[in-house]
Amino acid sequence: MKLSTTTTVQGRGSGTLVPAGPGGISPDASAPGRGSGSRGTAGKRTAWLLAAVVVLAVVSAASLAIGARGLPLNTVWDALTNFNPEDGNHAVVIARIPRTVLGLLAGVALGLAGAAMQGVARNPLADPGILGLNAGAALAVVVGIYVFGIGSLTGYIWFAFIGAAAAAVVVYAIASRGRDGATPVKLALAGAALSAGLFSLMNVILVSSQDTLDRFRFWQVGSIGGRDWSVLLPALPFLAVGAVIVLGGGRVLNSLALGDDIARGLGQNVGLARGIMALGIVLLCGSATALAGPIGFLGLVIPHAVRLLTGPDYRWILPFSLVSAPILLITADIIGRVILLPGEVPAGIMTAIVGAPVFVWLIRRGKGAGL
Amino acid sequence: MAILNAKDLTLQYEQRKVVEGLSTEIPEGKVTMIVGANACGKSTLLRGLSRLLKPAGGAVTLDGKDIHTRPARELARTLGLLPQHPTAPDGITVRDLVGRGRYPHQGFFRSWSAADDAAVQRALEATDTFGLAERSIDELSGGQRQRVWIAMALAQETDVLLLDEPTTYLDLAHQVEVLDLVTDLNRSRGTTVAIVLHDLNLAARYADHVIAMKGGRIVAEGPAIDVVTEELVFNVFGLESRVVPDPISGTPLIVPIGRHHASPVSTNELEIAS
Amino acid sequence: MTALKSAPETAFDADTSPKHPDHLQLRRVLSPTFFLRPTFFLGLAVVVMFAVYVLLGSYTVTIPDFFTIVINHLTGGEKIPGASFIVMEHKLPRAVVGTMIGVAFGLAGALFQTMLRNPLASPDIIGISYGASAAAVTAIVIFGASGAVVSGAALGGALGVAAIIYAISRGGSGAGGGSRGNAAGNRLILAGVGIAAALHAVVNFLMTRADIRTAADALIWLNGSLNSATWDRAGVLAVSLLVLVPAVIALAGPLRILELGDDAAAGLGIKVNAARLGLVLTAVALAAVATAAAGPVAFVAFLAGPISRRIVRKPSLPASALTGALIVLLADFFASNIAPVILDGTVLPVGVITGALGAPFLLWLLVTSNRKEA
Repeated sequence: MKLSTTTTVQGRGSGTLVPAGPGGISPDASAPGRGSGSRGTAGKRTAWLLAAVVVLAVVSAASLAIGARGLPLNTVWDALTNFNPEDGNHAVVIARIPRTVLGLLAGVALGLAGAAMQGVARNPLADPGILGLNAGAALAVVVGIYVFGIGSLTGYIWFAFIGAAAAAVVVYAIASRGRDGATPVKLALAGAALSAGLFSLMNVILVSSQDTLDRFRFWQVGSIGGRDWSVLLPALPFLAVGAVIVLGGGRVLNSLALGDDIARGLGQNVGLARGIMALGIVLLCGSATALAGPIGFLGLVIPHAVRLLTGPDYRWILPFSLVSAPILLITADIIGRVILLPGEVPAGIMTAIVGAPVFVWLIRRGKGAGL
Repeated sequence: MAILNAKDLTLQYEQRKVVEGLSTEIPEGKVTMIVGANACGKSTLLRGLSRLLKPAGGAVTLDGKDIHTRPARELARTLGLLPQHPTAPDGITVRDLVGRGRYPHQGFFRSWSAADDAAVQRALEATDTFGLAERSIDELSGGQRQRVWIAMALAQETDVLLLDEPTTYLDLAHQVEVLDLVTDLNRSRGTTVAIVLHDLNLAARYADHVIAMKGGRIVAEGPAIDVVTEELVFNVFGLESRVVPDPISGTPLIVPIGRHHASPVSTNELEIAS
Repeated sequence: MTALKSAPETAFDADTSPKHPDHLQLRRVLSPTFFLRPTFFLGLAVVVMFAVYVLLGSYTVTIPDFFTIVINHLTGGEKIPGASFIVMEHKLPRAVVGTMIGVAFGLAGALFQTMLRNPLASPDIIGISYGASAAAVTAIVIFGASGAVVSGAALGGALGVAAIIYAISRGGSGAGGGSRGNAAGNRLILAGVGIAAALHAVVNFLMTRADIRTAADALIWLNGSLNSATWDRAGVLAVSLLVLVPAVIALAGPLRILELGDDAAAGLGIKVNAARLGLVLTAVALAAVATAAAGPVAFVAFLAGPISRRIVRKPSLPASALTGALIVLLADFFASNIAPVILDGTVLPVGVITGALGAPFLLWLLVTSNRKEA
């Protein structure tokens, strides 16, 4: 059976989805030995996954230890097991726990959401920031502050959720019109254009009300510091549900990656699958943005890095992203804590600083060129 | 005079050599077909011949002069190319698009003259697109659109015309129409034509000269009747076949064998079947 | 043996004179006027709007008074108290700068959209504005600068980012034979979008490092405002436009050919890389100069092209320039005169208006353009 050369053809074994030009087969750019699911490779991958989990634990511990006041690890251990309320050092450690946990949760959410988004949109450049979700959340938060006088982070959460969801729907709907559907370029442009629009609307409010600006600019930056348990807990159920939906969708994403027509031929209900995955993505992104503000590039960079190890099989990409994203986020946060003493560079900035060059590298390698 | 020559030509993309040490001449005033399997380098060769791709080694000359040393616009008056995936801006009319083919003939101040009008007119009529002249190109069918692109190449009125797979996406009737048109051009104006074509039978029928490529090298060149043989088809395409004279034009006609039709049907079996 | 039927009449042997000579010539005579007409009215609208802007609004000036003021200013005659100042130091420079940045943004946007073959491309979106913003906000927040220094920083930032984006889109995996002419353009868009996102993060960060007053000032700049329009600035802008506009005119021809795809353009004798480089440089310079003068006025570059297309019914650079000027003048008139009435006295920066009105328009354009893109 010969596939028509005008439909998207999955590159053999590579993580890119580049249409083969008509009249020629594009040379296969994948590395050898990246087949999916032979017993040996599965074993190797599990080993790597466990290694990643270990790294995560180490990084988390580091997060408790490092900061404006650097503490040795045995102090950290002490504080966790033998908490002494009188000890200033212990207090510092305890204070860092919500931050670390938030880094974990937001990282998990963004990593999973990014990977799922790339699968659903069949687009290696998907990321909540680029697709306008952050702008939607931001506008909603500003409206919340200005119109409803919301001042607390718990209050922001709901607005951020709704804003992100609405933006996602609009961007995807807009980009899918036209014959070739939601191509990477159309999605990026629709996302960027919608972001620009929403930010402008946001600015109308911010320019008129300095008070709103004052409160908003700190949320806008994307940070995991300065939050406490009262913020984390409300978002938890949404995050959990989203994570379950997405984690369970590995097979679905694999078949979606082959293109709508082929997926249907394999018995997949494409519309429903996409809808459910989108729901999971929005829950995850909404929670992450609500908790930590808009953090970009994480969802973009991690799945790509992970693919180098796992190949295009989403059943592996998802768990690896789940573990790797928090590693990056917490590390970014740690660096941010020490790089600009006595102040802090919020994690959102650090991920952007790391993410942008990687994004550029991806484009140069042609991974965005599925055009 | 318009003799297009490649000497020791090496063409590559990034580090990957596609064509290496290739020498050939595109015979003047004739229709040349360049054929070969997918990814054999035929499109690359055409791009190299047309100045789109700078040679990594060797040279391409037109009338003895290296094409890369000539000013682009001057070269475009003699050597024209219709690439594989031309893009048209939104909403452009047929007449406007064909008119853009006149660019190389217009001076810096881009004055549009009666000669340009006449050239556009000729091109529209030759491709039978005059009736579509005021339509927007978005509204046309694939076959019509391809004819319009050819009209644009015709309006350029060059001595040499290179066409990269001009018949992709066209149904058989339109493929024949396009090739007939190109033949007209060659017979009446003496335009040297070189076409990359994937359909070997049509190539054999319309060619005065055939260049067969494999792996970036020329494996055979010459008149179709000499080049298109069963050994060549097997060598270049890996296909077992029979080559018989085309009942209409007498040129070689390739009849592929394949796995399910390995033994030729005898006349007895034909009678029984019908 | 080739079996040619006896000399068929080829299409080229047919009578080559134009089939309908009168029809053709009539069209040619008529078409320049047809083409000019909507554009001519557009130009007229700009002049009218300019006059409205200077003469009307929260402070009105009569026409005779206006001429007296200007003539006296030039000849050193007597000033009319109050009116002279307002007109010469406030309204007129604002109108002049506003018109010029409108022209510059309009042209830059139209050039980008044509070059990148996408009606949604624009310097705002592909990061050049963010380059300017990041540099300017850095200057404001970290160096406490204002005025000309900020403008200079903005210019440098815009050009720097443009250079980076261009470098990114130039290299990368070489397109295989038969690539569509769009590949480099799309890479440029994607690179721009990514860089924009990163710079946006930087800008946000800087906004948190400043005290609220400085942050508010930075926000005004970020929105694009004509508040600091002075004659000096107008002068610099005018000189830049004197260089850049002729460049646009010279490059318009190659641009029309580049629209056909890189390969076809090369076949028609265009030096593709040189032409594209020239176009990019010119478009970026236009955007950078305008941004330096008034900040990144949202959406003007983006909207001028599509709006002018709907008015003039075909893509046209002059129409885009005029539409850009019209948008800026209209928006600032609204922002300085009408908005304060609605909003209790807050004078809004022009960018907020263009942004707020631009956003719904943008969404509508997105929806309809995608439908057309089939």
